[in-house]
Amino acid sequence: MGQYVLRRLLIAIPSLLGISLVLFTVLALAPGDPFGDLATNPNVPPEVALALRAKFGLDDPIYLRYLHWLVAMAQGDWGFSFASRANVDTLILQRLPTTLYVIGSAQLLALSIAIPVGVFAATRPYSIFDQIANTLAFIGFSLPTFFTGLLFILVFSVKLDWLPFVYSTDIKGTGIHWVLEQIRQAIMPVMVLGLFQAASMTRFVRSAMLDVIRLDYVTTARAKGLGQATVIVKHVMRNAMIPVVTLIALQIPAVFGGAIVTEQIFRIPGIGSLLISSILSNDTPVVMAVTFVFACLVVFFNLIADVLYGWLDPRISLR
Amino acid sequence: MLDTELRTMIDDVKDGRMDRRAFIQRMIGFGLTAPMATQILAVGGVAMAEGPSPYKPAKRGGGGPLKLLWWQGPTLLNPHFATGTKDQDASRIFYEPLASWDVDGNLNPILAAEIPSIQNGGLAADAKSVTWKLKPGVKWHDGKPFTADDVVFNWEYATDPATAAVSIGTYGDATVEKIDDLTVRVLFKVPTPFWANAFVGAYGCLIPKHLFADYKGGKSRESPNNLKPVGTGPYKFVEFKPGDLIRGEINSDYHIPNRPHFDTIELKGGGDAVSAARAIIQTGEYDYAWNMQVEDEVLLRLEKGGKGKTIYAVGGDIEFIAVNSTDPNTEVDGERSSMKTKHPLLSDPAVRKALALLVDRNAIQKVIYGRAGRTTANYLNGPAPFVSKNTAWEFSVEKASKLLDDAGWKPGADGVREKDGKKLKLLYQTSINGPRQKTQAIVKQACQKAGIDVELKSVVASVFFSSDVANPDTYAHFYADLEMFQIPMTQPDPVLLMRRYHSRYVATKENKWQGSNFPRWVNKDYDAAIDAAETEVDPVKRAELYVKCNDLMWQHGVMIPVMHRIKVGASANALRPVMSGWANDLDNLQDWYREATG
Repeated sequence: MGQYVLRRLLIAIPSLLGISLVLFTVLALAPGDPFGDLATNPNVPPEVALALRAKFGLDDPIYLRYLHWLVAMAQGDWGFSFASRANVDTLILQRLPTTLYVIGSAQLLALSIAIPVGVFAATRPYSIFDQIANTLAFIGFSLPTFFTGLLFILVFSVKLDWLPFVYSTDIKGTGIHWVLEQIRQAIMPVMVLGLFQAASMTRFVRSAMLDVIRLDYVTTARAKGLGQATVIVKHVMRNAMIPVVTLIALQIPAVFGGAIVTEQIFRIPGIGSLLISSILSNDTPVVMAVTFVFACLVVFFNLIADVLYGWLDPRISLR
Repeated sequence: MLDTELRTMIDDVKDGRMDRRAFIQRMIGFGLTAPMATQILAVGGVAMAEGPSPYKPAKRGGGGPLKLLWWQGPTLLNPHFATGTKDQDASRIFYEPLASWDVDGNLNPILAAEIPSIQNGGLAADAKSVTWKLKPGVKWHDGKPFTADDVVFNWEYATDPATAAVSIGTYGDATVEKIDDLTVRVLFKVPTPFWANAFVGAYGCLIPKHLFADYKGGKSRESPNNLKPVGTGPYKFVEFKPGDLIRGEINSDYHIPNRPHFDTIELKGGGDAVSAARAIIQTGEYDYAWNMQVEDEVLLRLEKGGKGKTIYAVGGDIEFIAVNSTDPNTEVDGERSSMKTKHPLLSDPAVRKALALLVDRNAIQKVIYGRAGRTTANYLNGPAPFVSKNTAWEFSVEKASKLLDDAGWKPGADGVREKDGKKLKLLYQTSINGPRQKTQAIVKQACQKAGIDVELKSVVASVFFSSDVANPDTYAHFYADLEMFQIPMTQPDPVLLMRRYHSRYVATKENKWQGSNFPRWVNKDYDAAIDAAETEVDPVKRAELYVKCNDLMWQHGVMIPVMHRIKVGASANALRPVMSGWANDLDNLQDWYREATG
């Protein structure tokens, strides 16, 4: 087991290097630079932008820029953002808590809806409950978040005036009031994201359960006289959860990556909005760092998923 | 006076066709007093923000929080590094210049004791030096006194190329020396009639020497104060999250009495313009939002029964179509649009004149810009003394067709005109931006009717405006026949706006397309007029020269002005922001207040 994990981690190193090389090349080849705002400003002569490009090393050959980046990264230096001239790690750390809170809550909400609803629907396939759950799930994942987000804003902020639609990282007050405000402003984004996720996940859980529930060993368990709850939870769910675990494990890096669209709509200062604004302003060091951390997390959580399989299904041995 | 005439005039003001100022003057002409004329406008439903409103609060503070919403989040707080308006605005909350531009485009002293003039000895008669007297007793937020050393330091800081300051352009041509603790002199190499660039406005904001002296040059990025400003401004720094939030609190030691009005200030960044308008006008979550690039129709709908309104400030920002003088389709020495070529179609003055006739500015204003635009035939739209009255625009497909017919451009079998085997086909490019694509469509339609085939191209803004030498799609390469964008006027003087098209500044491969003359227009009269204007000390003669430049551009069809764009902000009903078309939105932040609601 220990050996397996170690081997997987060692394999991860060349693949991460490969990923970073591809990311860096693509970003370096992308046209444009972060100084677009200067172009039409009559106060700023064009030489200024050109001098800045040279100073930030944008005119160096790509392989040199990549090597610089790699050497700095190996020493824990993530570089600095062209747009804010602040260190990239500071920028990311500043935004991490918000992203974890909002996207994390949304994932939890999705799970806490999807698993019970999916399991229950699978135990009574084609019942009224199943039909309704299915219909809602279809509606849920057919509606994109930018649409439901705007709809929520129009209904709950503009018409009813219940919830704020501009997320604030600067809530005044302390104690219980602070907590309540935090929850209040996160309701809409968490709902939008969580329900969207829950919809597709419900379908997934349901079909995973249905695959297992018809197997002979389940019938055997029932024939032994075990109660419905024991059969479902202990015998069916444990096996049905293997594909679900993969799905969830691959979703977790997304918690870090944030949700670009939803964060933009509700002005949540998370990693997603950092990523999109950096992409738009060609702020390569930030884009590079965010995408690279994301890649690392994907690799890492894949490993965790594989380890979990072994625990869920002892027949799978890790060598 | 006839009631209907009065009503039309009020409507004119509402739609932005007439200046508030002009309206009031007209009313005074009819024997009304100015306050009465203003009242008429107020009754007519015209927002009052444009007029210089006197500062009412009689004490410092007590205004509660001021919540600002910028749909682009500021990313840095050092005015010398500010690449965009958003960063200039953010720095301006904490830092101040010697003077800022007020609503009418006049200088308003901030850290200066007075505005230099010939009368007070501040301006030299030869226009080669300016002496600024500093306000005594001003303190930085950390309690250290503000002196002439700080002013001189800012010049040294900005002009050191290793600092990589964006403000280097503002200070590059000058030398700054200290006379005494409260006096500095700015010296110019040549007579400079427009002397109010250094230390004025956005790039004139001053940072403290005692905190930045160790971080001049190569180490400029490492200063902890880049993200933690200590200035002289009305608000003191509390917190900054790049791209998201800036918080400040009242500076109880502020150097202007009874100011500022608000106890705290918050600037939230991110999102999009429409929802920002919504947060101000519809739900009232925020007090003020900047740069409302939203279709007028949407704004009008939001404003119905809302908690806020839009406000407008007239400056000199111009949206135009530039006409290429060189041939973008022929490559000479690895360069298209080379100075060695002539445009095969656009070198015919008839084609240029026809194109100017084919821009339906009324439709563009009605459908796209609404209250945020004025139709114009001038490239130079302000301040008033510099605006030409010799030009007039017209939209007429018939006249354009006739011009082309007379010049020998005959319609071919496919309806596209041709002459000497050359088809009248043009490539028209711009940046990706809703209003621009709509404008392109309107122009294209008219051109088609007149037998000109127009191909449209849109480039992502971050590429179009980049200084990437290797990218052929930038506005400076201009590898197209026509291109459209906006050039803002950042101060009420045409010098920088008009200088661009001097033949000395043509953009070529040799200068890595750094030249500002992207249409690559060469005209001896224009060059001579610019050269003369730049050192002309007599304001009347100087204005005449710039008017001549504008007229030359119009006559030669170098630029086809599309829209004189007006700044739009969204403000809570009770807020009294001070917005100038000649400055950034927060340049007069110290004078903002909220009307007490009873």
